Amino acid sequence: MVLGRCSAIVTQRIKKSLYRHTAWKLLLLLAVLSAAVIISTGMGYLKIGFHDVVNIIVSSVTGNSERIKDLEEVFRVVVMDVRLPRILCAVIVGAGLAVSGCVYQGILLNPLADPYTLGISAGAAFGASLAFLFFPEAGLYAIPCFAFSGAAVTLFVVVWLSSGKTFSRDGLSSNSLILSGIIVGSILSAGISFLKYIADEEVSVIIFWLMGSFASKTWTDVWILLMVVSMGFLIIYFYSRDLNVIALGGRMASTLGINTGRVTMILLITSSLVAAVCVSVSGIIGFVGLLVPHMIRSITGPDNTRLIPVSLVAGGILLVTADTITRAVLPVEVPIGVLTALIGGPFFCYVFRRNHLRNRGKQA
Amino acid sequence: MIYAIDNISFAYDSGNILEGISIQLEKGYFYGILGPNGCGKTTFLDLLIRHKKPNSGSIMFSGTDLSKISRKQLARKIALVSQNFYINFPYTVREVVIMGRYPYISRFSSPSSKDLDRVDSIMEKTGVDLLSDNFITELSGGERQRVVFARALVQDTDVIILDEATSNLDIRHTIDLLDIVRKRVDQKKLTVISVFQDINLAARYCDRLIFLRNGTILAQGKTEEMINEDLIQKVFDVESEIRFEPLYNTSQVIFKRGAHAVL
Repeated sequence: MVLGRCSAIVTQRIKKSLYRHTAWKLLLLLAVLSAAVIISTGMGYLKIGFHDVVNIIVSSVTGNSERIKDLEEVFRVVVMDVRLPRILCAVIVGAGLAVSGCVYQGILLNPLADPYTLGISAGAAFGASLAFLFFPEAGLYAIPCFAFSGAAVTLFVVVWLSSGKTFSRDGLSSNSLILSGIIVGSILSAGISFLKYIADEEVSVIIFWLMGSFASKTWTDVWILLMVVSMGFLIIYFYSRDLNVIALGGRMASTLGINTGRVTMILLITSSLVAAVCVSVSGIIGFVGLLVPHMIRSITGPDNTRLIPVSLVAGGILLVTADTITRAVLPVEVPIGVLTALIGGPFFCYVFRRNHLRNRGKQA
Repeated sequence: MIYAIDNISFAYDSGNILEGISIQLEKGYFYGILGPNGCGKTTFLDLLIRHKKPNSGSIMFSGTDLSKISRKQLARKIALVSQNFYINFPYTVREVVIMGRYPYISRFSSPSSKDLDRVDSIMEKTGVDLLSDNFITELSGGERQRVVFARALVQDTDVIILDEATSNLDIRHTIDLLDIVRKRVDQKKLTVISVFQDINLAARYCDRLIFLRNGTILAQGKTEEMINEDLIQKVFDVESEIRFEPLYNTSQVIFKRGAHAVL
């Protein structure tokens, strides 16, 4: 009894001290991220020393080829044109999915929400499937465009369904948003199944895309992702304190100087666009948006001004690690969406069950 | 005059909730709003805090149209303590109370030592200082209610709106909370507008009572004039007997059992 009390106090102390020093944690994570990128770039079929990786990157950025004059050209090509675009895409997509996960959880007042709860990913997948089926010749750009439009239209429909005076008295209520997302998502899933059914030969392409992949990404993908995710992050970070207050409920937030309806709408659109762009480039990658904010919350606490930046970096680390595992560690390349779901799913079950048991113990 | 409300109506698609409400609320009084369930009390408060906008009519706040005041300004003038408050994220109690200072702290700066002093002194007064490091998700309903109350006091507003703020509290904490509010009304000319379920509690603390029924004001005035058998029959459909309670120098209502209960 006394022991239990003491340990409770000690864990609380540890948690409190962890909550502080966010800046240091962020720096540490950034260092880990850089290390992960460099190590990952060196790994693969063609092994490249870390020192050489750094030299190649530095010389490409500065335009000074003096440092790498002893290296074979193929190393530079592999690093700069093959691996780095893929790795940076993984980092940015991971960061984007994690940040939009934070926002969804904050807006829906539900620590178990993620970019997929609102059917956004199903919309993107449906759009991409359409593109595969009807415009197979339109080239690389058709798929992201269709995926993005699918996500945007889905978001619009979900918001339209859940707003309005009849449906909810408080503007956008989290319950009606989640419900609308599930309804729309189910319809779209059925639509995707139908498209697969009539796709004949194209079906394998659709299935492969749906499982997610960073293979053969280019610098164009990197720049598009970087632009959208960094813009999105800045907007989201600007409203991160408002997101804290929204956790108190709409009425309370109204009396603390926040236009709940407007802030919710801005954050919802921004984070959905970020998620949509990520999905349109990489395909469906589940559990990052759900898992990362959930884990980071136990390090930083629920305060979004700390949670969001830390999740941004942590999401990047997580996804680049996962991508490196499928690319360079496993003997066969497993689709990244499958890998994150296979590892993330059971891990999440564990976290969820543990929290559940702990809470029940407290109530008893 | 804090609030001058002129002929406001509010309706959902399903029908009118409030109709033709006009009332003046003055500075430095404790107002109690009473009425049966579903009579529009909470919606009325939502209009006062501008969480909802009336379909017609106007609300003037300190001489300015309420809808013209910026939300941030308003957050320094009006604070709300609502019922059934629940947070799904493990904020500490102190973090929640600090949120009450947000209207005074710019977006990217952290609270000043003056803000924190204010927070600590209010937390001590409301007795939540002992809970300071606890997670809000792990508190009982009554404890949470006191935290929300502390958060509202920290906001340093001229008006505090209580929406059945004491319905989760035991009698000790109910009295403590209402005493704190009453003292602020008397000493600092604070205006309190509170929805009550308990008519006797309202009679003990309020200067003015407002009776709502079916979305309109049935009666309003000084507390001692409002507590009578006829009015209570009209508002609540309950027979009662009024007794004077010398201890508080107020009337108290004794309710009679309904005719149905005699079976």
